Amino acid sequence: MMHETRGFRDRRPEAGEAPPALEVRGLTVEFPSRRGTLTAVEDVSLSIAPGEVLGVVGESGAGKSMTGLAVLGLLEPPGRIAAGEIRIGGRRVDDLPDREMERVRGREVGAIFQDPLTSLNPLFTAGAQLVETIRIHLGLDRRAARERAIALLREVGIPAPEERVDHHPHQFSGGMRQRVVIALALAAEPRLIIADEPTTALDVSIQAQITALLRRLCDEHGTGVMLVTHDMGVIAETADRVAVMYAGRVVEVGPVAEVLRAPRHPYTRGLMGSIPALRRRVPKLTQIDGSMPRLNAIPSGCSFNPRCPQAGPRCRRERPALAASGAGLAACWLEQGGVE
Amino acid sequence: MIAFLIKRIANAMLVMLAVAFFAFMIFRFVGDPVEMMLNEQATQAERADLRAKLGLEDGFLVQFGRFVTNAAQGDFGISYRNQQEVIGLIAERFPATFELVIVATIISLAVGIPLGVVTAIRRGAWYSEALQFLSIIGVSLPSFVVGIVLILVFSVTLGLFPAFGRGETVQIGWWSTGLLTELGRAAILLPAVSLSLFQITLVMRLVRAEMLEVLRADFIKFARARGVPARIVHFRHALRNCLMPVVTMTAMQIGNLIAFALITETVFQWPGMGLLFIQAVTFVDIPVMAAYLCIVSFIFVALNTMVDIAYAVIDPRLRGANG
Repeated sequence: MMHETRGFRDRRPEAGEAPPALEVRGLTVEFPSRRGTLTAVEDVSLSIAPGEVLGVVGESGAGKSMTGLAVLGLLEPPGRIAAGEIRIGGRRVDDLPDREMERVRGREVGAIFQDPLTSLNPLFTAGAQLVETIRIHLGLDRRAARERAIALLREVGIPAPEERVDHHPHQFSGGMRQRVVIALALAAEPRLIIADEPTTALDVSIQAQITALLRRLCDEHGTGVMLVTHDMGVIAETADRVAVMYAGRVVEVGPVAEVLRAPRHPYTRGLMGSIPALRRRVPKLTQIDGSMPRLNAIPSGCSFNPRCPQAGPRCRRERPALAASGAGLAACWLEQGGVE
Repeated sequence: MIAFLIKRIANAMLVMLAVAFFAFMIFRFVGDPVEMMLNEQATQAERADLRAKLGLEDGFLVQFGRFVTNAAQGDFGISYRNQQEVIGLIAERFPATFELVIVATIISLAVGIPLGVVTAIRRGAWYSEALQFLSIIGVSLPSFVVGIVLILVFSVTLGLFPAFGRGETVQIGWWSTGLLTELGRAAILLPAVSLSLFQITLVMRLVRAEMLEVLRADFIKFARARGVPARIVHFRHALRNCLMPVVTMTAMQIGNLIAFALITETVFQWPGMGLLFIQAVTFVDIPVMAAYLCIVSFIFVALNTMVDIAYAVIDPRLRGANG
């Protein structure tokens, strides 16, 4: 298997001196609408080193997918980046014109979306879509591109790739299709992959295979991954660090082991409480009461305060900023001098 | 699949039988054919003789059966007006109509598809809105008005194209074509454009609606995420997923066009089947009318059946009992 991947390793940056695969500074995404502007993502800063997997976790609507789409430059109008900077491999991309962004997508940043059943064009073979992507970015001729397509399919663990390359998407199972999608994301060796719920639509038995594959490929190629999910279990297995998002903001960031062992933010604790433990008998899974505020009704102070079991008067008055807490960062008054 | 085929074809035959019945009824409602075929001095014996020869003494069902049997073999009798075989008259006129319809279809696809794509991907731009608005006018303008306006502008005022007729034609076997001569090509343009105007708007609106649907699909977002340039996303990935319904509609509309060609042919004095039919109506030439009715219906039914079968071949789910 290793000889297949030799070509991909050439670009692997030297540890230490390479720029981060992704650096996001103060990203704010807005949706102007007739009834005022909705802020879907507010002042989000993230950084992913080459070869690192950053898990981004939160409930639906927390802004995690929106952050991913903003990095890809695929926000649906009228959504727009209102503030902040996005750098991929050190190069600023948020202000690029569409034409140039087309060359960044696929080449510098790949994407994997939730549903492998609908991510592939049903009318084209897996090979045709791979060859298309490879030729656009690497300018190979048809035969070389096809060779590479077959090598990629083999690398993502598709048996008999010489045959499978000419199959249409409906001839693959869900797990196999997601492998094809991963091969497509990796086709031009991007520095960064945005994986938006890559395993949510798959059978549980397949999920672990796919996350392990993703993990291995990124280790081998030195690709940074932004793994967007609502599943703490996937994060625990795959990610190096985790960023917890709530109502458009990052509320806690830290190394996975640290955050799992000692979550600092009450919201993170709530998320952890909703994972069933296998060993212990739990009478009832904990749940976080209430639901995330709508974007046009975010409470003042800490946006989590109405649902927080430990909220105090300060939480309703002032919004906490991210600050060092343990091995990571947390935006919570409990960690920053109390809630009174 | 075999059961489906048999069912579809049986259906089609039933429809044709019903049409033949109506065509046959025309003969009986429009009066005594013997009166029309013989002059006023004919004797009673001559009348009885012809009556027997035409089989008019037989019962209703026997006559209908004979009509269907003959029609199925392409024998629609003899035209009252010019005493020629009806099927020969139609064969002579069919190429003109067919060429007109094909050229109109090509124009409507060549213009309608790009317009549909543009109005879908540039939704909200002023020219998309303008095209949308114009297409409503295109749908609602009656085709004889379009034809007359085209003649007025391009033939009378500008003198660019002939106002009527087929121009020069070339005979290839029994098929006469105008597409091989310059005059013939110039002559077909105006009637074809006038016939295709309605189709253009139809194709454009269909493509636009389908494109808007497909552009929302995940595989389009994913194609963009792979860095596929917008032009290729729109014209290769999205458009190809829209073409199924367009092909279907085009096939079905060919029948419609042949029927609508009647008006266009009249306006442009195009020597096709439609004009033949209008002339037949003027002269109460019943065999020609009956034959036209049967043949146009046959084209409709055949196209519909073929589309149904093509669907079943493409989509296995349609082969079920309720197909």
